[in-house]
Amino acid sequence: MRQINVALVGNPNTGKTSVFNSLTGLNQKVGNYPGITVEKKEGVSKISRLLKAHILDLPGTYSLNASSLDENVAVQILLNKNDKNYPDVVVVVSDIENLKRNLLLFTQIKDLGLPTILAINMADRMEKKGISIDTKQLEKQLKTKIALVSARKNEGFDYLKSLIENYKQIPTESCCEVSQIDSEYFESLKKAYPNQNVYKLWLIINNDVNFGDLERNTIKNPTNGFTPKPISELKRLQQKEVIARYLFINKALKTSLTKDINAATGLRANIDRILIHKFWGYLIFALILLLIFQGIYSWASYPMDLIDLGFANLSEFTKAQLPDGKLTRLITEGVIPGIGGIVIFVPQIALLFLFISILEESGYMSRVVFLTDRIMKKFGLSGKSIVPLVSGTACAIPAVMASRNIENWKERLITILVIPFTTCSARLPVYLIIIALVIPDAYFLGVFNYQGLVLFGLYFLGFGVAIFSAWLLHLVMKNAKKTYFVIEMPDYKLPIPKNVLITVVDKTKSFVFGAGKIILAISIILWVLASYGPNANFNEAEKIVQQQVEQENLVLDEEEMETKVASYKLRHSYIGYMGKAIEPVVQPLGYDWKIGIAVITSFAAREVFVGTLATIYSVGSENEETIKQRMSKEVNPVIGGKLFNLASGISLLLFYAFAMQCMSTLAVVKRETNSWKWPTFQLVFMTSFAYIVSLIAYQLLK
Amino acid sequence: MSIADLKSGEKAIITDTSSQLIPLKLLEMGCLPGSEVEVIKINKIKDPLYLNINDTFLAIRLETAREIGVDILEKEYETN
Repeated sequence: MRQINVALVGNPNTGKTSVFNSLTGLNQKVGNYPGITVEKKEGVSKISRLLKAHILDLPGTYSLNASSLDENVAVQILLNKNDKNYPDVVVVVSDIENLKRNLLLFTQIKDLGLPTILAINMADRMEKKGISIDTKQLEKQLKTKIALVSARKNEGFDYLKSLIENYKQIPTESCCEVSQIDSEYFESLKKAYPNQNVYKLWLIINNDVNFGDLERNTIKNPTNGFTPKPISELKRLQQKEVIARYLFINKALKTSLTKDINAATGLRANIDRILIHKFWGYLIFALILLLIFQGIYSWASYPMDLIDLGFANLSEFTKAQLPDGKLTRLITEGVIPGIGGIVIFVPQIALLFLFISILEESGYMSRVVFLTDRIMKKFGLSGKSIVPLVSGTACAIPAVMASRNIENWKERLITILVIPFTTCSARLPVYLIIIALVIPDAYFLGVFNYQGLVLFGLYFLGFGVAIFSAWLLHLVMKNAKKTYFVIEMPDYKLPIPKNVLITVVDKTKSFVFGAGKIILAISIILWVLASYGPNANFNEAEKIVQQQVEQENLVLDEEEMETKVASYKLRHSYIGYMGKAIEPVVQPLGYDWKIGIAVITSFAAREVFVGTLATIYSVGSENEETIKQRMSKEVNPVIGGKLFNLASGISLLLFYAFAMQCMSTLAVVKRETNSWKWPTFQLVFMTSFAYIVSLIAYQLLK
Repeated sequence: MSIADLKSGEKAIITDTSSQLIPLKLLEMGCLPGSEVEVIKINKIKDPLYLNINDTFLAIRLETAREIGVDILEKEYETN
């Protein structure tokens, strides 16, 4: 079977992804473009009995003048013939209502000499919107073939596929002559590089498109007397290009598109009137946030309990089935609890992504951006920072990536830097167990549960500190470029369940496999460090403890004896010695060496805190009740009394609220900012801030 | 006069987009000389400004709106 490359291109909010889903079904995968974190969506579609199409869903863009990392990827692939994803045919997806604007991109791509099909989505809404199109006429003007499709009703795709199949019959000449904006300049380009597509040359010079070295270098180092124009002149020409294209498009649509204005419904205006009202708008947003958090806590707890129980049983079952030995213990005490520690987050993460993708698909997220921009602007952020900050409550990794559509670099950088302060789901297990230990389960004024209040307070604190540090950074950092902010306010749409589902599955999968690898690795390393020791004290623990017991004339049953041996072993294992070494550092915060170890391992990922204590206390299972009981029995080695009391508990909570303890986030920040400077800054700034705050809190409360 | 001078509900024709402070993206979205622009009559939020430019709905900050020259087309007084 023959296979061709098809690229899907289009403006944001045109339903491009729905068209992609309709073409490929579940036959798709999401990855990253090599070296960058731009999401790469590709899939396979069966076009006919003899032809398969590899379909690449390129990031949404308004034009081929890239202004963000995502858009750059789209431009790069369309320009580089040597790229393995270079398309045989391009499908430009447009929605029916914004056809004019979408055609700008279409005419640009057409100028590259690629066979370009126009797919007009949401055709089912044409009648309702009072729009009619003379397709034949428009095809003639645009020199292409047009398919009217509806992803919602799954209509028109057979015809689109037949167009893809016969892509060789689509003319590759351009439909809009742009060289007229400066014919002299275009002439000289053509003369200097006679073998190249002239519009491609124009784009390469204007955009900093990083593609095929060879072609780029020929342009950067001309040997044939061609000199590019200065940047300000090029900017002026780019404006002229856009105007020339719109003139052409207006002319083309005049004869082929009619709009009955009276038929347009007032739905947008009616919903907007409430959702971006200066009072109701904010209230509704607050209520939606409340609903999301409520959902994440109460609804997710049922599947989480089941997962917890399931993994505990699996551990026990495996222990019973396999012969006792080092390998079995590695599996039952290291690997299975390690995997369990990842899987337990799946319900929460999935629910959060479910909410966020519904908000985005429906068009509401743009309204939130609109509402919050004037507030966020004061703190050096953009309205668009709200999406990353809200997603940060699930996980900072996708949140950092979601900051990509913030146009202004300073606003984007500040957003990235403060995201890790928002309370991510990895902090939850730590918060939950500490709160249960040190905060009384009683009611304030008979209504508010103290434990719930503290948890809410921690969320509030994280967000507050994020905003406050944004403001500090805003004051300190210089802004090289003038800020600008443009956001489209799309129509309200009912989210398509299939799209939402696919987003949820993709994002959850990438969390499990991304963060999961690290958590699993840490669990195994930890188990090894706790199961071996450097000297005889560890290897002959049984004998030594036996002697001690005999000397002190203690009578112990088998179980008590075992516990005593285990804790002696732990103290003399590799991890025990490491813990003793860092004890002086963590003691002023109210922690003993065991908590110190858990804090250190948490720098890989916060959620290993509970697992680490579980391993260290040799409880053997991750059952929180038993860990909790064990924790509440711990005695402070220096001043006596309970180790986990109000002072040390608050100190721990604050440390986890502020410290930068997530390797994956640091790695993502490095990739997104393209330098080690910013992740290092985050690590040092946040962690020292956390240390100081916890120190003050403990010393005041103890 | 610029878009920033328009009252909500007023319509105008864009006349000047030559300022270097106007992002190219805005032009690409249809904010061009000759296009019709309307400040959406929603409520008193003035920054960002909610605009309808040739049936594309978008929001820009006031500082950008000041850079875009317009000729006022008609006055539609607010009824509520």
